[in-house]
Amino acid sequence: MNVLLDNLDIFVTGFRNTLIMFVCAGLIALVLGTIVGTFRVSPVAPMRALGTVYVNIVRNTPLTLIFFFFAFGYPKLGLPRASYLVLAIIALSLYTATYVAEALRSGINTVPLGQTEAARAIGLTFGQSMTLVVLPQAFRAIVPPLMNVFIALLKNTTIAAGFSVADAGAIRAYLSERGEPQLVVLLWVALIFVLLVALLSWAQRALEKKWRLAR
Amino acid sequence: MDPLVVLDSVNKHYGELHVLKDISITVGKGEVVVIIGPSGSGKSTLCRAINRLETIDDGTITIGGTPLPTEGAGLAKLRADVGMVFQSFNLFAHKTILENVTLGPIKVRGKSKAEADKRAMELLDRVGVANQAAKLPAQLSGGQQQRVAIARALAMDPQLILFDEPTSALDPEMINEVLDTMVQLAKEGMTMIVVTHEMGFARKAADRVVFMADGQIVEDRKPEEFFTNPQSDRAKDFLSKILTH
Repeated sequence: MNVLLDNLDIFVTGFRNTLIMFVCAGLIALVLGTIVGTFRVSPVAPMRALGTVYVNIVRNTPLTLIFFFFAFGYPKLGLPRASYLVLAIIALSLYTATYVAEALRSGINTVPLGQTEAARAIGLTFGQSMTLVVLPQAFRAIVPPLMNVFIALLKNTTIAAGFSVADAGAIRAYLSERGEPQLVVLLWVALIFVLLVALLSWAQRALEKKWRLAR
Repeated sequence: MDPLVVLDSVNKHYGELHVLKDISITVGKGEVVVIIGPSGSGKSTLCRAINRLETIDDGTITIGGTPLPTEGAGLAKLRADVGMVFQSFNLFAHKTILENVTLGPIKVRGKSKAEADKRAMELLDRVGVANQAAKLPAQLSGGQQQRVAIARALAMDPQLILFDEPTSALDPEMINEVLDTMVQLAKEGMTMIVVTHEMGFARKAADRVVFMADGQIVEDRKPEEFFTNPQSDRAKDFLSKILTH
């Protein structure tokens, strides 16, 4: 317990950065993933192709390589400078969005075709029938896989520790400098992650209960 | 009678299968046309082609003098004017009965929620399910769901309503409640194109019976003439099979 209490500053800073990355990247990935997922079921062939190319390239690249690109490649592109934290959020968002898109696509496929036909038959455009009829039902169907994606994202944030972001994954390194026993530090970090994931699982159950959809 | 829907030499293939063969038919304003025929005769495809849920290979379809747009905003606008009632109801599963009926008027017609709600409640009352307005579709019986689907179509103030086998998925005791609603609509002068196996409805409410077989229109006549004195062997054979029970 002393390890935690004596170094609360480091733990708080670390997990604060982890949560900042998680929340920001989670929200961006949710929006971007929804757009890409919609592209993948679009009736317009070029949009479908764009979605497929994006998903296949980014999802098939190891996350560490994407981080390498943003940490070392991005600054050489002459684009506006960004902090390592912002670059990490971008890398995590782009990567996680592909998983959101694929989960969403599977959800869209569970919505019966008749729902789309009925939506279009009352004169809704493709965009309207997606946002008003198909996506709300698709999201209800994919709460469990989507939560998996977000749990993975939460844990993936620790990779940023290797790229100069002082997040939860970096706590061990800081505390070893203070001479704390490293195994105990790691156990505390792991325990806090378990608690955070338990929180997400609880949110998942609450959403599933709220959105239970009778057919 | 003013022609409302005009199909001219419409053809459609599903791969090798020639499902609509040179279909030409005109439906006038206020007319009730019942399309009957054996399974696979193309009658549902014909019905769905009229609001372009099925594309066609060639020929023309015009509604109110306007050729059917192929896609985009024009097509959406036209569909808003053409009601559709499906065999499997297709009520929006995540929306309440009331929201099912008001979605189109609010999002497509731009009505206020209050105005749309008021009109929707009138329509739900008319089809006899006003007391179910706050429920979800899955909580209603099939017959009730189908009547809601009719109310949803009516809420758009359509020029015509297409019915694609509206009673085929219903338990026998629920068929009549839906047919009664449809007969009522027919009496009020709604233009209707109805694909059905309900010969009773055809006799009672139809102005014309169109008999289809193998992708072609074989007969197109008044119901009494068709049922008592069919001209083609194909129709005689079909009627003998369904009317003996």
